[in-house]
Amino acid sequence: MKEHATKAAAFIQDEARTNWHDESLWFVRSKRDKAAHGIPEWEQLRELASQIKDHTLSHLDEYLEAFEAKAKENGVTVHWAADAAEHNRIVHSILQEHNARRIVKSKSMLTEECGLNEYLEEQDMEVIDTDLGERIIQLKEEPPSHIVMPAIHLKKEEVGELFHQKLQTKKGATDPQYLTEAARQHLRQSFLQADAAITGVNFAIAETGGVVVCTNEGNADMGTHLAPLQIHCMGIEKILPKAEHLGVFTRLLARSATGQPSTIFTSHHHKAKEGGAMHIVIVDNGRTTQLGRPDFRNSLKCIRCGACMNTCPIYRRSGGHSYDSTVPGPIGSILTPGIDLKKYSGLPFASTLCGSCSDVCPVKIDIHEQLYKWRQIIAEEGHLPTAKKQSMVMAGKVLSRPGWYKMAGKSARWVTRWLPRPLIYNPLNTWGKARELPEAPKESFQEWYRKNRSAS
Amino acid sequence: MKIALFIPCYIDQFYPQVGIATLELLEKLGCTVHFPEGQTCCGQPMANTGCERDAIPTYEHYVKTFSGYDYVVTPSGSCAYHVRKHYDIIEQTGAVQHLRKRTLDLSEFLLDVLKVEHLDACFPAKVGLHQSCHGLRGLRLGPGSERNLNAPSALHTLLSMVEGVEIAELERADECCGFGGTFAINEPDISAKMGKDRIADHARAGVEVITAGDMSCLMHLEGLLRRQGSPIQVKHIAEILNTKA
Ligand code: SF4
Repeated sequence: MKEHATKAAAFIQDEARTNWHDESLWFVRSKRDKAAHGIPEWEQLRELASQIKDHTLSHLDEYLEAFEAKAKENGVTVHWAADAAEHNRIVHSILQEHNARRIVKSKSMLTEECGLNEYLEEQDMEVIDTDLGERIIQLKEEPPSHIVMPAIHLKKEEVGELFHQKLQTKKGATDPQYLTEAARQHLRQSFLQADAAITGVNFAIAETGGVVVCTNEGNADMGTHLAPLQIHCMGIEKILPKAEHLGVFTRLLARSATGQPSTIFTSHHHKAKEGGAMHIVIVDNGRTTQLGRPDFRNSLKCIRCGACMNTCPIYRRSGGHSYDSTVPGPIGSILTPGIDLKKYSGLPFASTLCGSCSDVCPVKIDIHEQLYKWRQIIAEEGHLPTAKKQSMVMAGKVLSRPGWYKMAGKSARWVTRWLPRPLIYNPLNTWGKARELPEAPKESFQEWYRKNRSAS
Repeated sequence: MKIALFIPCYIDQFYPQVGIATLELLEKLGCTVHFPEGQTCCGQPMANTGCERDAIPTYEHYVKTFSGYDYVVTPSGSCAYHVRKHYDIIEQTGAVQHLRKRTLDLSEFLLDVLKVEHLDACFPAKVGLHQSCHGLRGLRLGPGSERNLNAPSALHTLLSMVEGVEIAELERADECCGFGGTFAINEPDISAKMGKDRIADHARAGVEVITAGDMSCLMHLEGLLRRQGSPIQVKHIAEILNTKA
């Protein structure tokens, strides 16, 4: 329960670094604002996107089947995976069938969620992440801390040191251009040798049976164009009914994510290249369960733009790793309790319910309201610490009884006025760690009112 | 028009001057204001901690206390939001439905019901406006920096009516202060850091007084300011609007 608070407290110890992290992400949020505010119909676009997603989710079965039929017509092999384990087994068997051992993979939160890399490595296969940020954290053997910028928690000096160790770049080099070029050269070899390319999917179009992959680096394209075998892994919620709907989302996605008008590459894959093979793996892994929860189903509208992370004042000051989940930040905090309520029972409380996430979200997910609703479920199911639950029961009693309330108020004011500082500012008083308590006035408003207005 | 004043628990106990300013301001504007005896709290502390079931008796007490008025006015966007948004778990009687529409934050009541266009108030100071989140994004008292809408916020409109007020330009117009109710206790480090960062923004802008529509945010910021020994003061917007010209 207290996990996030503990990790956040550790992160924040280094205040200069916290400020740097906060400002880097705020910079992205500001770029997003500029891009979004440059489009007069932005709010209509969000509404439209939200409606398209709502509609699609309520007809998901039909659209998925239509998608499968169309993809098959195009000569693509379609697989269905109920959970992460099945997804990994399917991908492995496809690779085996094609005698593929060297794999290049572009960014995919789904394969991260399923733990595909670890699984394939255990089967003695080599997986190289080709997105620059992903490659950095793969070399560093760390999980991503953000869904769009996986290595945002690392400074360029740290990347320089890592590359010096792993890619033999010059010691002390920090020039992003130099480091990027080094990564490029290193990845080129992997692209040329790859037997298979795996990508995530941003959108899958039911009408055409095609999948759409958005990247800034073109690494997904390098992979799929060069390797004979291409595998696209997608969650069931990636479906859009028609190609004409795509424009609504591509306009929103890159602007929300990084403030760009569009991602540099928006690639459409409909069928295998000459002599190649194309597979699509469609994964549930808990999504239909979430779909069955009316209060939480619309979390499946998420297009993984990361804007809710960039805007979240807590995420910016606690870092992605403090959430301990594949998808961190506000959206992660409403998705993960649905996967393991006990383990993630602290995350819906890692928020002030400020609501910025919901307003920044391009598909209008009511994130902060879902955080509130998860809190109710967590308390109902007994995952609140006992002391906290008891104090709430007590507060409920006092605040519904004016007589008790009057007494409690008097003694609270008495305590802050008359008790010596060390008794008040002790380690149990977390409020007082960095803050003073309000100075207690002699009389409450109610007491004042009785004296000054009771005649009226 | 029968108007009831709702003074939330922590204002009642720790910031009576905010209740007094709200009452005097409304009276100055010609309203007859009733203050129903026995009022306590909207129930938000329990509900935001996940214990809305334990808040139900408090909700019912609120409904009983405030039934029979045309409007309930409160100097707290957060409490007004809570009544309007979250009283959906009790039986929706006529009284409950009425209160869920007519419990208004002070600024809404001034602008939307009384249609106030000018005030005889004077407060010569450089003021930093803190947009409390529940008022801003819950009650929509302003467009919010995330959305692409062009309109001034209610608090901005009201402050501009006060002679002498200079509203400071902040780098982050409406970032959360980090109070968040029990969040301030559960995650004291992040909470304090968020507050410190807000204060630094106001300080860089040369602010003398930070104001807001919610005293809870200001209680948190004031606690930090006093610990830092900062000369910056906090005042609820009602206190500024109620100054004498
Ligand atoms: S919840 Fe909304 S803002 Fe957050 S990543 Fe998903 S689409 Fe983007």
